Parts: sequence; structure tokens; C-alpha cells
Amino acid sequence: MSRTLSAPVTVAFDYTRSTGPVLGRFLTGLRDGVLVGARTSQGEVVVPPLEYDPVTHEQTADFVEVEPVGTVTSWSWVPEPVAGQPFDRPFAFALVTLDGATRPMLHAVDVASPAEIRTGMRVQVRWAEERVGHITDIACFEPEAGRDEGADGATELSRPGEADADGGFEAPFEARGLAPQDERSARTSTTEGDVTGVVTPVSLDYVYAASPEESTFYRGLDEGRILAQRCPTCDKVYVPPRSACPTDGTPTEGEVELSGLGTITTFCIVNVPFLGQKIAPPYVSAYVLLDGADIALLHLILGVPADEVRMGMRVEAVWKPREEWAYSLENIDHFAPTGDPDADYDTYQRHL
Amino acid sequence: MRDVAVVGFAQRQMPDFDGSPTCVEMLVPILAECYEQTGWTRRDVGFWCSGSSDYLAGRSFSFVQAVDAIGVTPPINESHVEMDLAWAMYEAWIKIQTGEVNTALVYAFGKSSAGVLRRTLALQLDPYTMTPLWPDTVSLAGLQARAGIDAGLWDERAMAEVAHRSLTDAEKNDHAIRKGGSSVADLLARPMYADPLRKHDCAPVTDGAAALVLAAGDRARDVRDRPAWITGLSHFVDSPGLGTRDLTRAPSAANAAARLDLDGVEVAELHAPFSHQELVLRRELGLADDVRINPSGGALAGNPMFSGGGIRIGETAQRIWSGEIGKGVGHATSGAALQQNLLCVLDADNGRVGA
Ligand SMILES: [Zn+2]
Repeated sequence: MSRTLSAPVTVAFDYTRSTGPVLGRFLTGLRDGVLVGARTSQGEVVVPPLEYDPVTHEQTADFVEVEPVGTVTSWSWVPEPVAGQPFDRPFAFALVTLDGATRPMLHAVDVASPAEIRTGMRVQVRWAEERVGHITDIACFEPEAGRDEGADGATELSRPGEADADGGFEAPFEARGLAPQDERSARTSTTEGDVTGVVTPVSLDYVYAASPEESTFYRGLDEGRILAQRCPTCDKVYVPPRSACPTDGTPTEGEVELSGLGTITTFCIVNVPFLGQKIAPPYVSAYVLLDGADIALLHLILGVPADEVRMGMRVEAVWKPREEWAYSLENIDHFAPTGDPDADYDTYQRHL
Repeated sequence: MRDVAVVGFAQRQMPDFDGSPTCVEMLVPILAECYEQTGWTRRDVGFWCSGSSDYLAGRSFSFVQAVDAIGVTPPINESHVEMDLAWAMYEAWIKIQTGEVNTALVYAFGKSSAGVLRRTLALQLDPYTMTPLWPDTVSLAGLQARAGIDAGLWDERAMAEVAHRSLTDAEKNDHAIRKGGSSVADLLARPMYADPLRKHDCAPVTDGAAALVLAAGDRARDVRDRPAWITGLSHFVDSPGLGTRDLTRAPSAANAAARLDLDGVEVAELHAPFSHQELVLRRELGLADDVRINPSGGALAGNPMFSGGGIRIGETAQRIWSGEIGKGVGHATSGAALQQNLLCVLDADNGRVGA
């Protein structure tokens, strides 16, 4: 038997971020099939654009349209892709300096082996089938197909908002024949609104381990026992047991088995529905100080109308049927009143 | 400025830790070692600061449970940084400089093995244009390594030489989790992993924790005959955008070094989780040829997240306490491809006559 209990855990959240005028401009460009960088006070053309100039600290305003083709300036093979990367098969990450830019951007290059990529190689953007104004609108880069090397420099953009009026976005693509017809029409049809926000899902997988003391606690629950531990220094009894006593930092030891009898020290009546709620409100969530423990457990109180629950009420654990037990505090379905007289305030006042 | 010294250090490094991400049970014996080294009880500690990461732990406020290890009743003077031990130490050093406290114990912990470390660290990057691509740590280091190879600044042999020396030196380090040099030729004969990196070019995924004890003036002299006085401390940060940096350089490391007196440094413990990063740092710090780099084996021998940098400072301090060296520098890095760099100069002599 391993020392600790563990279980897989996924922590996932969709991060919603506002983009501001500079990154918004860049992402709007991606949605419309255009790569927008910006010129710094030092004359560098950076893609994605920097929000503020690194030297003058002025907000970026000098936007520049660059080409969807460029040169690999460094690359690294990804032999074992991780979740969320542009490919789930081996590929390369690369720094690509787009024609018209002076600084490289990071993205994936779709090649089958390290032998198929080199520094200096010419690559082109492969757009995602659906573009929404996100860095993944660039699906990846791929080796450039039958194109002359060395397309020339940056093209000035007109001021923000004027691009449509004077056709500034269109001309360079038509001149070089780089934009397929369908992408140009996508651009025209979606230029009404600028991208002002992005949603980035983040999902992380962990193997979550309980501490050795928590593991003892959960193994006990699986046997229908409530196990606590005592601090050898101050004698306090913790349930669930903790690795160290928070009062004095001493590791807890000396297993203590508690009964399911206890006292409600404080409680709240839940009236508000929320996502994931398992019981229809109103119901009572309470701190139960088990007899012999120095710290209360949070649990559900049933078997009594919510408005009759009170501090000092004596309760006992009501276990689920044995066949439903697992390594979980949910083995105790809820606590219910014993019907005994209330505990004296003195018996629990130091544990509030 | 007050004279402040490193007077205590303890560490644990392991490939994986059979316990919870709060690491409380790992911290308890480390803190006990610090009490034993100093002769203090926890009541002698004026300020506590910890370093850790919620993303590594996969839970919010992961540092809160860890304070069980230090005993928080009655309330203590405590802080936390979502960074390496070295930066927690920097905060403690400032706290002592304010005169509010004379002593501090800083600790850090991380369970890298709970998730996929190289993936989790993508959350340190620009969340708009980089994190959504999940560029992993190893890939970003590979881009940096190749940039230097292409520029002719180093080659695969130079990288293998760093790995070989580190693994050989690590044989003398009980805490190292990877050790044992064979030969540079052997290392070069091993297969590529993330071209241009072989596995020995990359620090092993490491769980662990470490603690440093700081004390001012006479409090330090009470603890050690040869306290490791902090005579210089500096840190800088470069842009998170890889495209706007010259990846063969680490300007923030050079900036930090430029503000310190590194003359006479005998040992440099450099936090270089990838072999070529030691070559970058050596250049940026302008270290002389006779400076011993990473006699502990360095991060290639074990790199517990969020304590790997502080361990470099502790390793340097130990060599001063023992009389082996008179002056050394500890370095810590954070972020992608040496983005952030901290340097801490330690000296047996605090530079004051009759102090
Ligand atoms: Zn206690």
C-alpha cells in the first residue's frame, strides 16, 4: 500500500481577457487574415505588436502590415507534444521573422521530422479554417510553396479606422497576390467590429495526493471510522489530521478515533441556489465539533427544519449504506439531531 | 545599509514526493534543521517569507496550508511570493533593511511531479499571444540553444561539457537526484530529445523544498563564526516576448552583474536549468576563467521548482561557512529562457573595518 491516497484532478477555467487597442488591432487583423505589427521608436517592426514602446514608453500607434510569409530564425523539435499545443503529433516550434518585420514571432511549424526544417527556411502562414481573433487563427506555419525568396519590407498602414476607406489593407496583398480570394472576402465581411477580448481555455491535469495524515483519515472513513491525530506539544486533536500543528509547527501523531457525536458550534442556512448545488435550498451547513476534537468539521445538517437548528445542538453522524462507502467524507451522509439537551456554551466557546 | 548574512540553509530534492502539494511534512524537518543550525526556536524568527506556485500545486492559496509547518499561533510576521526562494529571500532582506526585524526564515516548496511541469510553466508567458499555443519550457529553451549554436556562440560539445562537469560534481552532493558523469563523448552519442537538446541538457523534473535563514549584524555573528554576508543583491527582468530579446543574451543578468562587485568571486552557483544557459550566464556575468561554476552540480543535477534558485545561494553560503571560499555569488532565474535573473554576492568579509 502506498503511503498516500491520490486521484486525478483537472483544474480548468476559461480566462476572459480584454485586449486593449494594440493587441485588439493585432487580433482583429488575424480574424481578417491580415498580420499587423507595429514599429517601435528604434525602427524595429514587432509582430505581435508591443503595447508600449520599450524605449519611450509611449503607447504603440505606428501599425504596420506585414506578409504572411517569413523566415525561420530558430526552431526546436517537439518530440512529445503536450495537451493544447497546435499539434498532437511531433512538430517544431519556431521563431519566424515575417517579411516586413524585424523581430520574430513564436508559432508552430508543421513538418514531419527535424530533417525537414532548418534555420533560414522560408515558411508561410496556414490560416485556421475558422478565424475568431485569436493567436490560434494562425493554425501554424508550413514550408513555403513555390515562392520567390526575399519579399520586401513593411507596408505602412493608414491610421486606425481609415484602412477600409483608402483600401490600405487590400493593396499590398493584391500587389503580391498573397491573399486567396476567400480570405479577402472574409476580411471585408468582418471588418465592422474590432476584437476587444479573447477567451483562452486553460485546463491542467494533476495527480493530486493527500498528505499521509489525510490519507489515514480517508482510509478510516472507508472503514466507517473517524480518525483524528493529536499534537504531542499542545495536545490539540485535529480532524481531519494535519501534517503539522498550526499552533506550534509540531508534526501530529498518535491516532485518535472519534465517535460520530458532536455539537453544532455555528451554522448557516443556505437559501441561494448556485451552480453544482446538490441539495435544494434551504438547507443547513454547519460546523460540527466532534466530541474530543479541537477543530470542527463542516457538514450538512438534516432531520430538522432549518429554522430550528441552533448553536449547541447535539448531533450525530448518519452514515450512508456501507456499499456506497469510498475514501470520502461523503460516507457520512449528514449529521442529524440526537434529541439530547443542548451542550453548555462553555464546552465549545473556545472552538468558535 | 545593515549588514545581513545567510546563516542557515536546508534542502530536499527528489524525483517525486509521495505527499500533498502543500509539502508540509517535507517542510517540518527542513525547518527543524534551520533551528538546529542556528540554535533558535521559531520565536527567534522576526519575519517569515515563502515562495511557491499555485499553478504547480493545482490549488489556490497553496501557501496557506504550508504555514502549518511554522506554527502561526499567536500570529506571526509572514509574507509570500509566487516566485522562487531567492525572491522570498530578497523580500526578507528588505524587511531586515527597514530595521523592523533582525532575523528571517524564508522557505519555498513545489511538487513539480503533480502535473506536467513543462506544460504548466506555459502559464508564465504572455497570455494573449503565447500561452494559448502552450509552448513548453523545453521547446523555449531549445529555441534559445539553437540561436546560440547558429550564431557560433556555443555548440553541442560545449553544452555536453557543461552537463558532464555538472553530473560529475553532483557525485559529491547528497541532495542531487541526477549524478554521475561518463564522458563528453558518451553524452554526445546519446540521441537528440528536443532537437537541439538532449535529455541531459535539461534539468530533471524535481520535487523539493529549501529554506534559508538570514540575520543582521551581531545576531549573525552569534550563529556563525564565518557568516555569509550579503554584500550585493540585484535583480532585473527582460521582456516576456521572446521575439524582442536576443535569446543568446540575458541583458537582465548583465544588468544585475553590472551593479555588483564580482571581483574575487571564487564560486558561482548559477541557476541554469538548461546546459547552454550556463554559457549565457557565464558571459553576462563576465566571470573569470578560474571561477568554479556550480560545484554542487547545479540545476542539471536537480531543480526543485521555486527553490532551485535559492538553493544556489544556500550552496554558496555553505562554502563560506566552512572556510572553503571567501567570496561567491548565487544566481536564480525565473520565467522562460532566463527572462528574470537575481544575483546575490556572499562574502566572508562584510567589507567594514571593525564592524
Ligand atoms: Zn500543537
